[in-house]
Amino acid sequence: MSDIVLKTENLTKHYGGVHALQEANFELRKGEHVAIMGDNGAGKSTFVRQITGVEQRTDGKIWFDGKEVNFAGPIEAREAGIETVFQNLALADDLDVPSNLFLGREKVLFNLGPFSILDRKAMRKATEAALVRTAVKIPNLSSTIRHMSGGQRQCVAIARTATFASKLIIMDEPTAALGVQETAQVENIIRTLKENGEPLILVSHNMRQVFDLVDRIVVFRRGRIVANLRKQDTDGNDIVAYITGAKTGQAELQAA
Amino acid sequence: MSQTSHGIGGLSYDAKKRPWPAEFNVFLALVILVAAFELVGRVFLGDSFLFNTRENVSGLFNEQRLQIIILQVSIVGIIAIGVTQVIICGGIDLSSGSIVGATAMIAMSFAQVATVNGNPNPKAMFIDYGWTDLPVIVPLLVAIGCGLIAGLINGLLIAYTRIPPFIATLGMMVTARGIAKWWSKGQPISFPTDSFAAIGKGLMPVVIFISLAILFQLILTYTKYGKHCYAIGSNEDAARMSGIKIANHKVLVYAIAGILASIAAVVLSSKNLTAQAGMGVMYELDAIAMAVIGGVSLSGGRGSIIGTVIGSLIFGVIISGFTFLRLDAYYQEMVKGVIIVGAVVLDQWRQRRRAIGA
Repeated sequence: MSDIVLKTENLTKHYGGVHALQEANFELRKGEHVAIMGDNGAGKSTFVRQITGVEQRTDGKIWFDGKEVNFAGPIEAREAGIETVFQNLALADDLDVPSNLFLGREKVLFNLGPFSILDRKAMRKATEAALVRTAVKIPNLSSTIRHMSGGQRQCVAIARTATFASKLIIMDEPTAALGVQETAQVENIIRTLKENGEPLILVSHNMRQVFDLVDRIVVFRRGRIVANLRKQDTDGNDIVAYITGAKTGQAELQAA
Repeated sequence: MSQTSHGIGGLSYDAKKRPWPAEFNVFLALVILVAAFELVGRVFLGDSFLFNTRENVSGLFNEQRLQIIILQVSIVGIIAIGVTQVIICGGIDLSSGSIVGATAMIAMSFAQVATVNGNPNPKAMFIDYGWTDLPVIVPLLVAIGCGLIAGLINGLLIAYTRIPPFIATLGMMVTARGIAKWWSKGQPISFPTDSFAAIGKGLMPVVIFISLAILFQLILTYTKYGKHCYAIGSNEDAARMSGIKIANHKVLVYAIAGILASIAAVVLSSKNLTAQAGMGVMYELDAIAMAVIGGVSLSGGRGSIIGTVIGSLIFGVIISGFTFLRLDAYYQEMVKGVIIVGAVVLDQWRQRRRAIGA
């Protein structure tokens, strides 16, 4: 039990009459990278929103880092150590890289309440360290986000999650809007996170990417988890069968 | 994609494409404007705009003109500092001119002398209570209190009722002007104490303007407060997701803008030795114009106090330049209007070009 980072039990979310997520039982162990797959509307993003406190669940329980948790909002989840890279990257366009990495948790030289003097040197150094750790390469740190490509922005968003001692990183389709080369860069970062033993939940539509990167694949269909498979026990056709509903998978779930 | 490739996976970043700071463009505009007046002056009047041409005074520059340029914009400039941080934070403040009016009236009534030339001061409002010849700190604190209250009301309305800043501060603009007129039933308030009159004497407005400008440039660059202003103006959702307390910050931003308007009121009424209900009319728009000319983006997130100071100097140069060319004051307003619109068009154009380039 101690090496389980995140566990959900019967996690359920109804939007009025729409059962977006039903009785999801999910586990993530230390250092494990898990992909969440499924068709549009299958419940992937709903699942992520319940874990990160963006929405409040209808029913079920969540354990994180050994404790049962009830996050009132995304900030609480972040403070507990869940870092999320959202589809609509939460970056401030007019700030430079260190300012974005430390937004809302700036390092301070002198504490004067809201007028606290920022420790810009320390933030810059920590930023460089985070970029090295995630193997993100951004030639000019003092350039504002506005002047960056989609790939660079995504890298900054990911580097932010790695700047702080996060216990779990969630990425919601991090490469959906990126070109081939930029996608490769983001995938490299994810591999680096894996080497560093940082657990990750990756929501993705990209079959090749998922098989390249993660240890385990969880498939959602119509709000339910229909498959939970180790990568070596499955293949692309198998996963597609679960996604489309050709296979229902209750038997395999019991086995896994 | 560009040829120069630095990052992994073909990510590229061309350092040469980095645009120079917006303030530099504004400064260039100021230089061009001064040069234009200099040229026109030399050709048509045989006189220099910038340099000293008189025999009886020493010095390379026409110091008197330079002083006037900055002196005539320093009071609105103080307001513009407050307005700049409001705009950077994604808001707008239309109430500052009226806050100047109301604050000047209220503060001046606590700064009056008891006797003028041996006779009781005919304008003294509180002479019956004996509130005359008060130490200068009293009207100062009263003024800052007025600005703080008005700013707090603006901020609380915007942060908690979520009404647009335009509406909240428009309401304050009308209300504060009403207070200014009601305070003395439209009568001017005059005869301040010597210590109060010293605040706006000579070049003091310039000293106060520049000191506050330096202070706020430092605050916006080096403190958490400043960073959060830019963050909120840049992407409010991102700022909220990052745990910044948006409502608190906005209240503070508008409160500070109110205080700066009240400081401008003290300097103005001290300089004029009187307070009138109509003081500060249109100052809010001049202040916004200075910020906009100085490169502060009305959509928030971009701009600086340095830019606003240069913007205010452009204002001053236009006014002085038109006087220098002996052109009607009416033309000033027309040209000011054109420059305000031109500055925003230029900014939009620059932004769009950059977006395509990225």
